[in-house]
Order: sequence, then structure tokens, then C-alpha cells
Amino acid sequence: MLSRSLVIATLAAAVVAGPSALAAASLSAAGGRYTISQAGSSIRFSIGKAGGGSLDGAFARFTGNIRVDNANADRSEVNITIMPASVGTGQGRIDAFLRSDAVFDAANDPEIRFRSTNVRRTGETTATITGNLTARGKTSPEKFQAELKSFAGGTITFRVTGKVLRSRYGMDVGTPIYSNVVEFDMTLSGRRG
Amino acid sequence: MALLIRNTGGRYGWIAILLHWSVGLLFIGQIVLGLVMVRTTSQRSAFELIQLHKSFGFLLFGLILLRLGWRLANVTPRLPAETGLLERRAAPAAHFALYALQLVLPLTGWALVSASVLEIPTMPFDLFVMPNLPVPISDAAEGWWRVVHVYLAYAAIVLVAVHVLAALRHHFWLRDIILVRMISPSRRCDDDGPE
Ligand code: HEM
Ligand code: HEM
Repeated sequence: MLSRSLVIATLAAAVVAGPSALAAASLSAAGGRYTISQAGSSIRFSIGKAGGGSLDGAFARFTGNIRVDNANADRSEVNITIMPASVGTGQGRIDAFLRSDAVFDAANDPEIRFRSTNVRRTGETTATITGNLTARGKTSPEKFQAELKSFAGGTITFRVTGKVLRSRYGMDVGTPIYSNVVEFDMTLSGRRG
Repeated sequence: MALLIRNTGGRYGWIAILLHWSVGLLFIGQIVLGLVMVRTTSQRSAFELIQLHKSFGFLLFGLILLRLGWRLANVTPRLPAETGLLERRAAPAAHFALYALQLVLPLTGWALVSASVLEIPTMPFDLFVMPNLPVPISDAAEGWWRVVHVYLAYAAIVLVAVHVLAALRHHFWLRDIILVRMISPSRRCDDDGPE
């Protein structure tokens, strides 16, 4: 989830630098700092279950910012902070379990953070964002794919996807019944400023 | 001496004995595990203990089906001649009830898991996915099966306690063959029945 911001920055930077007519037209002015707004953004995740199906959920509260460097995409940045207490799966008992010390321990570890370390452009509107994800006191490098969805009126939107192994953060409870791989699918929308 | 596999008119064979003790010990362990896991405050431990309870529940269920099949295919050793009228009536009834609980407890546990809206997969010992029973899924249905499972488990605690006390009474007070013949088919005893 954290990498989204990074991705966003990367994408914006990539688009800005790229010659794509459409992107160039709208993104030449994209350089700058964006604040991720919860309205228009979503951080969803999915964990496969043994025998088929998945456990799907989303985080309702998060903050973050994206810095798009027009001249040098590599210097773009993404920072995201997620409040795990806001996790929602549609099942109160599962939410309580996820918030408990079995998984997030939200009472003692109220934030999950992502800080980008590198943004690498991979196409006209795509980029790979690497960075450090910190959850429950453990930090590990993660990689996310970002795609620019829109840029207009000072609002920039990216779709960011990636896979995180929850065992790296001491959250391996329930494996192999529930997959160790958490698939993130995020829409990150930032407003200039 | 030939190894006694099947029951005779007076003695339990090795298969019945092995099944009695393996099921009996696992059954008591399963009750203790059930009582502990629902009172565990750590959500992580509770989750893992419940998965263990489901795994052992299915292992037990398999052994119990074998045991029931073996019981139906064998004679039941007769009670010693000096057994009183009350116990002559009560023992078969108690054993029937114990067999019924052995069958119904795993089934109601399976039903309660199958009825849960949480749809947590069951993987006995992480080996394979056990399908759910085709029961209606809702919070109300899960709650109903839970009540049935839990109260049957409490009934089993009472019955097993009476059963164990009865066995100890036979051995240490009446000093008859009842406990001895559930330990070995060949151990001699004064009132050993005719083979
Ligand atoms: C001979 C087999 C079994 C015995 C003796 C047994 C016994 C028990 C006991 C004593 C409890 C705790 C009751 C309480 O104090 O609340 C319990 C709970 C439970 N059992 Fe079993 N059980 C058996 C088989 C199974 C199986 C096969 C399953 C599932 C596949 C299962 C699933 C459960 C679950 C999910 C609970 C927790 C209910 C709750 O949420 O309160 N059990 N069982
Ligand atoms: C660990 C303590 C236990 C002891 C000392 C014990 C002892 C005995 C003895 C001595 C018998 C033979 C009765 C006879 O000769 O007629 C017996 C039979 C039986 N026991 Fe247990 N038992 C124990 C646990 C259990 C448990 C936990 C169960 C339930 C799952 C159980 C179920 C039965 C049944 C159904 C029979 C009748 C066997 C048949 O005739 O088919 N026992 N037990």
C-alpha cells in the first residue's frame, strides 16, 4: 500500500519526462507535490484461500504524499501511512481478528508505513516503485507497479498493484489456509499542495 | 498363544482394545483442547488451537468410523456372571450413548464450521482441504450448531467421567475382569469366561 505513493510519483515523473503526446500535454505541468486524499483513493487487498476463493478487504484511513520530479523521475518520491485499525472485510469478527495482536496489533502498532527509495519508469504511463515497508516493527523492501490513470485540474491518479509476503512482518498467522501472499490493488489520488 | 484379533464371547480382541484406547485418549484430549481454546485470550493462539481441534476432530472421526465398523462386525464380550441387574442394563445403554456421542460430536463440529459465514477453510494437519457439509450458512445457523456441539460435549464429559469411575470401581473394588480385559486379551483373571 505504501508503495502506491512511490508509484504515483514515478508515474508522474515518467509521464512528464515522456514524449507521449497525450501525457505530455497534460503532464508537462505535473511536477510538484501532491497530498493523497482518501476521497477518490482506495487501498484494497486480497488473500487467496486454500481450496479457492479469497479474503478481501480494504483500509479506510490512510495519508500520504507524492512528489513528482519533472526533470528527474528517479528523484520522485512516495510516502504512505496506513492506519490498520481501519481495516474492513465486511465481517466484524474477521476485522477484530485482523486488528488484534494476531495480525496488525493496531493498539500497539497504529501505523503501517511505506517510504519509496527508487522510482523507475517502465513505459509511457507506467513505473516500478521500490521502497521500504514497515509494519509491526519490521522493515522490508517491497516493489509495486504503478500506472498513471489521469491527471487533470491539479489532481493526479495512479493505480498501484503489488504483492507482499505477510510472513516478513510477523503476520503469517493462518498460513497455509490463507495464502502468505497479500495482493494489493490501490487507487491513489493526489491533490496538488 | 495365538494373537487374539477379534473379540470372543468373553474377551476383547486386540483391534477393539487398540481402538478403544486410541479413540478414548484422543477423545479426552479433544475435550480438553476444546475447553482451553474457547477460553484463550490471545486471538492468534485461539485461531491456531481451533485449527488443531478441527484436525484432531477429523482424525478422531476416521478412527471412530473404523471402531463402529469393527464393533458391528464383532461379538461383544458378555458381562461377568456376578454383574448386578442395574449394571447389566446401564452398561450397554452407557456404551451406546458413548458411541452415539462419538459419531455426533464430530458431525456437529463439522456442521458448525460449515455453517459459519466466515468460511474459514478446514485443512486437517495442513494436508488437504476438507469440504464443508451442505448446511445453510448464516450467523443463526452457526450459533445453533455451536450450542448443540458444546452441550453434547458437556454431556460427553459427564458420561466419560461416569464410565471411567465405573471401570475403576470394577478393578479396585469389585476386582473383576472388566478393566483387565480392555487392556489385554491374554491377561489371565479368575473369572475369565470360556473362549
Ligand atoms: C470427538 C470429537 C469432538 C469433541 C469431543 C469436541 C469437543 C469440543 C469441546 C469440549 C468444545 C468447547 C466447548 C465450549 O466450552 O465452548 C468444542 C468447541 C468447538 N469444536 Fe469441537 N469437538 C469435537 C469435534 C469437532 C470437529 C470435528 C470440529 C470441526 C471440524 C469441531 C469444531 C469445534 C469448534 C469450531 C468449536 C468452538 C465453538 C465456539 O466457537 O465456541 N469440533 N468442541
Ligand atoms: C481413559 C479412561 C477410560 C477407561 C479406564 C475406560 C475403560 C473401559 C473398560 C474397562 C471397558 C470395558 C467394559 C466391558 O468390559 O464391558 C470400556 C469399554 C468402552 N469404553 Fe472406555 N474407558 C475409558 C475411556 C473411554 C472414552 C473416553 C470413551 C468414549 C469415547 C470410551 C468408550 C467406551 C465404549 C463405547 C466401550 C464399550 C466397548 C464395546 O463393548 O464395544 N471409553 N472402557
